[in-house]
Amino acid sequence: MNLSDFFYMGGYAAFLWPAYGLVLSVLVYNVWSARRAHQEARRAAVRRLQMEETRS
Amino acid sequence: MQPTGLLRAGALLYSRDLKLAFRRWEQVTQPVVFFLMVTTLFPLALSPDTAQLRQVAAGIVWVAALLSALLALEFMFRSDYEDGTLEQLVLSGQPLWWLALVKALAHWTVSGLPLVVASPLVAASLAVPTEAQATVVVSLILGTGILSFLGAVGAGLTLGVRRGSVLLSLLVLPLTMPALIFGARAVDLSIMGDSSRGPLLLLTAMFILSLTLGPFATSAALKVSME
Amino acid sequence: MWTWFHKLASPPHFYRIAGLTIPWFSWPALILILVGLYGGLVLAPMDYQQGEGFRIFYVHVPSAIMSMFIYSTMAIAAGIGLIWRMKLAHAVAAASAPIGAWFTFCALATGSLWGKPMWGTWWVWDARLTSELILLFLYLGFIALRSSIEDPQRADRSAAVLALVGVINLPVIHYSVVWWNSLHQGSTMFNPGAMSIQMKWPALAMLFGFMLYYGAVLFVRLRAEVIRRERNAAWLREELAR
Repeated sequence: MNLSDFFYMGGYAAFLWPAYGLVLSVLVYNVWSARRAHQEARRAAVRRLQMEETRS
Repeated sequence: MQPTGLLRAGALLYSRDLKLAFRRWEQVTQPVVFFLMVTTLFPLALSPDTAQLRQVAAGIVWVAALLSALLALEFMFRSDYEDGTLEQLVLSGQPLWWLALVKALAHWTVSGLPLVVASPLVAASLAVPTEAQATVVVSLILGTGILSFLGAVGAGLTLGVRRGSVLLSLLVLPLTMPALIFGARAVDLSIMGDSSRGPLLLLTAMFILSLTLGPFATSAALKVSME
Repeated sequence: MWTWFHKLASPPHFYRIAGLTIPWFSWPALILILVGLYGGLVLAPMDYQQGEGFRIFYVHVPSAIMSMFIYSTMAIAAGIGLIWRMKLAHAVAAASAPIGAWFTFCALATGSLWGKPMWGTWWVWDARLTSELILLFLYLGFIALRSSIEDPQRADRSAAVLALVGVINLPVIHYSVVWWNSLHQGSTMFNPGAMSIQMKWPALAMLFGFMLYYGAVLFVRLRAEVIRRERNAAWLREELAR
């Protein structure tokens, strides 16, 4: 099987690759947004703790 | 002093809610006016042709009735929540699920029942044959009932929430889709002259399910919202 | 058992253990998804009816299964949170909702991309597609309710009630849509029971990959939730200093 046949996917390329691309990008996005949520929560917590220290 | 019995408490709450509703008359009439207006829009938008209208009449009547009943849903607990009556009800020592059931029933009487009463008029204007009118009325009694009991859960959850009315429709509409499917189906069948028994029985089953489980979910929702 | 459970559910322990276990989920997930992709795109024989277009199956069906799996996980977690007042369970429900909604979205979009060459239209009011769409609405309602309630405790408990009502309704919705659909048109789905093992295994690899992936993302999100919920705790100070 050669590579261009593989990308051609028996004529279904226009539907198949967007489907795979979409699912994979959603998977990547979910990981990214979860990690960002974690980092932001950490940053917010650090800020909160600093505020408390300066107040006390 | 003797504690108030279940039935007595229910009757008191029911008559109080009705009295309050009739004092705020526009709240009772608004859904009906909305119902009539929305169903007037469809012939204007589609076509005045009777044969064509008859084909889509079941769907129009049901969707319009559902949306009109939804309009009134957010008022089910709101004024009681704002003036503190709801807190008194929670603390009254009566089982909250029972009070939730009575309130949903009272709400149905002032918002669902007028729609049911107006529905033959609407159906006739959409060229629904006279033989099918009974199905329209029966299916809408069950349908608006389901909406009131399921909607009570949503109304309880969205108490005091900002942009509560939009949120309420987002929460309640997906849950009422099965009722819409069978209700519209029943009306459609009887417009075509077939027996609508099957979908009506299923609609009844859903009504009983929402009647029995809805009040418990509503009381849980109210307790969460009042905490 | 119970003391172990409570220990796990305590925020400091959970935070640390979750941090340690995430790689145990994420790496196998990555490997399984890559294996599933290779198997699905290259190794699996093509379908005699649908040709290469059949390969959309390997992302569509696992996404659809995940969308329902995550909703039931969410509802169970919500129920546990509501009954035993366990904060961590509420956090599980809250963290699952966006992941589940995205999987539902994937299932719908890939279903649509599959439907175009197979049925000739982007959207068919097929029973499965329709109930998947309603599932997406249920997820969105859950997320919207959570985000519009300020008080986190109330948000947790309200959303939990909604998730439970939704999960009771889900079979009713599904069967009514199936019934509605069977009245309007014949079943357009092909029979998946006729699949050979060579066709099936990439889908299974993908599905397990997705489950492990869900576990990994869930744990990352849970760590964020734990930090957000934990107020003025000494361990938080200690943890953040690292």
